[in-house]
Amino acid sequence: MSLFLELHNDAPLLNFHAEIPSDRITALLGPSGSGKTSILRAIAGLSKCKQEVVRFAKETWSDSTTGLHLPTRHRPVGLVPQHYALFPHLTALENVTMALLALPTPERQQRALECLGLVHIAELKNRYPHELSGGQKQRVALARAIAKQPKVLLLDEPFSAIDYSTRKHLYVELLRLHETLSATIVLVTHDLEEAAQLTSYMCLLHQGRLVQAGETEEVLTHPICEEAVRLLDIPNLFDGRVEWVNDQPCLHWGTYTLQLPPGQLQPSDPVRWAIQPANVLMVRPDKPWSNHLENPILTQVIEVIKLGSDTLVWLAPTEMPETRLQMRLPIRAVHRYAIAPNQNITVCLRGTDVIVLATCGHE
Amino acid sequence: MQLATVTLGILLPLAVVGGYWLATTSFQGKAWLEGILALPLVLPPTVIGYYLLIAMGGHTWVGQFYEQVMGNTLAFSFTGLVIASIIFNIPFAVQPIQRAFEAIPHNLREAAQCCGMTFGQTFLRIELPLAWPGLLSAAVMTFAHTLGEFGVVLMVGGNIPGETKTVAIAIYDKVQSFEHTAAGGMALLLLSISLITIGISYGWTTRLTKRWERP
Repeated sequence: MSLFLELHNDAPLLNFHAEIPSDRITALLGPSGSGKTSILRAIAGLSKCKQEVVRFAKETWSDSTTGLHLPTRHRPVGLVPQHYALFPHLTALENVTMALLALPTPERQQRALECLGLVHIAELKNRYPHELSGGQKQRVALARAIAKQPKVLLLDEPFSAIDYSTRKHLYVELLRLHETLSATIVLVTHDLEEAAQLTSYMCLLHQGRLVQAGETEEVLTHPICEEAVRLLDIPNLFDGRVEWVNDQPCLHWGTYTLQLPPGQLQPSDPVRWAIQPANVLMVRPDKPWSNHLENPILTQVIEVIKLGSDTLVWLAPTEMPETRLQMRLPIRAVHRYAIAPNQNITVCLRGTDVIVLATCGHE
Repeated sequence: MQLATVTLGILLPLAVVGGYWLATTSFQGKAWLEGILALPLVLPPTVIGYYLLIAMGGHTWVGQFYEQVMGNTLAFSFTGLVIASIIFNIPFAVQPIQRAFEAIPHNLREAAQCCGMTFGQTFLRIELPLAWPGLLSAAVMTFAHTLGEFGVVLMVGGNIPGETKTVAIAIYDKVQSFEHTAAGGMALLLLSISLITIGISYGWTTRLTKRWERP
């Protein structure tokens, strides 16, 4: 019951092959120009790729080898475009009824009202799009998209033009709506935080290529290659070398040796490795030093920047003073331990948090 | 008035089809076709009138065919005048309609497709209502322009009372025969009709577009 996609195109460049799980919210995450919207358009049938196969469950929507291209209006998809594309001459209710023209008029009105009710704007049914706020427009577009009970709901950066507080509110409503509808939702976004909060499956894209796909949690915590690390904006990316010592894999990082958990790692030539700033753990000064600490490294604080409720702390390992390691701490921890530049602190890099990267095939 | 009404009745549906086609398709030579359709805007009316007179005359197959079927010449007849008027008004009817269809954002058409709407439903329920101000402008421009047209009408229609004599030509006649009061009355009539139609058109267009602004 998954959504199978194989898309190859020259302009815009697309070389994408993935299977999107059904009944879940999947993020297509990547920077501008990575082909996210082109993929969405190909699913909806709004544009054709040079070579394409789009299949949902056992139903083929597009297949360039056989010349099959099911017209958009026959595909069970709902789309919320980036700027909503509401029909400006129609009221909110009339906008939703446009997706229900196959129904008799009285039934159409009733169903449209139900959909507006699902997104909590039934009372605005007689308003024209120019009389609605950004968040309200987004809800009308969502109501219109779900009206014909699509099997696949496509959301093209739907929250990009909405203020922060409304966006947070709409996140909750989308998750509630997903529980009600149980549809396969594909969310295009370039916002990492948004993808992490809303989706359970993620496709990481770059220049029209799939870099990594998997459970959102897994992709965010275990990027498989340097390209994925860069797309996930993980600043701690270093060179190293894996060696086995006493049946135990170790990562040589400059003069440090980090113990890694036993796994599939092989002794290797130089590798790249990364660690999330949130996984750089500070050893509390009030906690006695003991042997159970994994991979302790003494560092000097270089810079402390408060960023909302978090604080970014740049550290220089004492044995590699030119190297910078970023640590993310809650602001209360910075206050409690009076973290300030030039202070020496010990951090530990747990072996399970160290991500040894494979070489991406296209790098 | 009769000429303007008949011209509008025939030309407007054709202009909707032509304007929509030009707005939504792109092909090699489109610029040339648009240029040909816009020629009446830049050519002197007497030049167009001259060519039409030749084309409708008894020496061409068009003129001969019409004469055989109808028993009279196409030139200097009301039918000939209507054909000339339609040709001369093409840019005034097609261009506002084409621009109106071009101004409809493409994502609205795509949204209509995603709603499951057919081509006909999209045209009638989305595109035509949104292009309505353009249609109104086209109708008013065509009507007012036909009322005031002089050169082409005189060349193709002559000046036959009850058949091809228009108000604009009548004004010229009256001035030639020093009947300034009658000429003034007719000129005022044309001025009033033109002003009222254009005023109403501008008013409606503004009202409609204001209602949909900030989509």
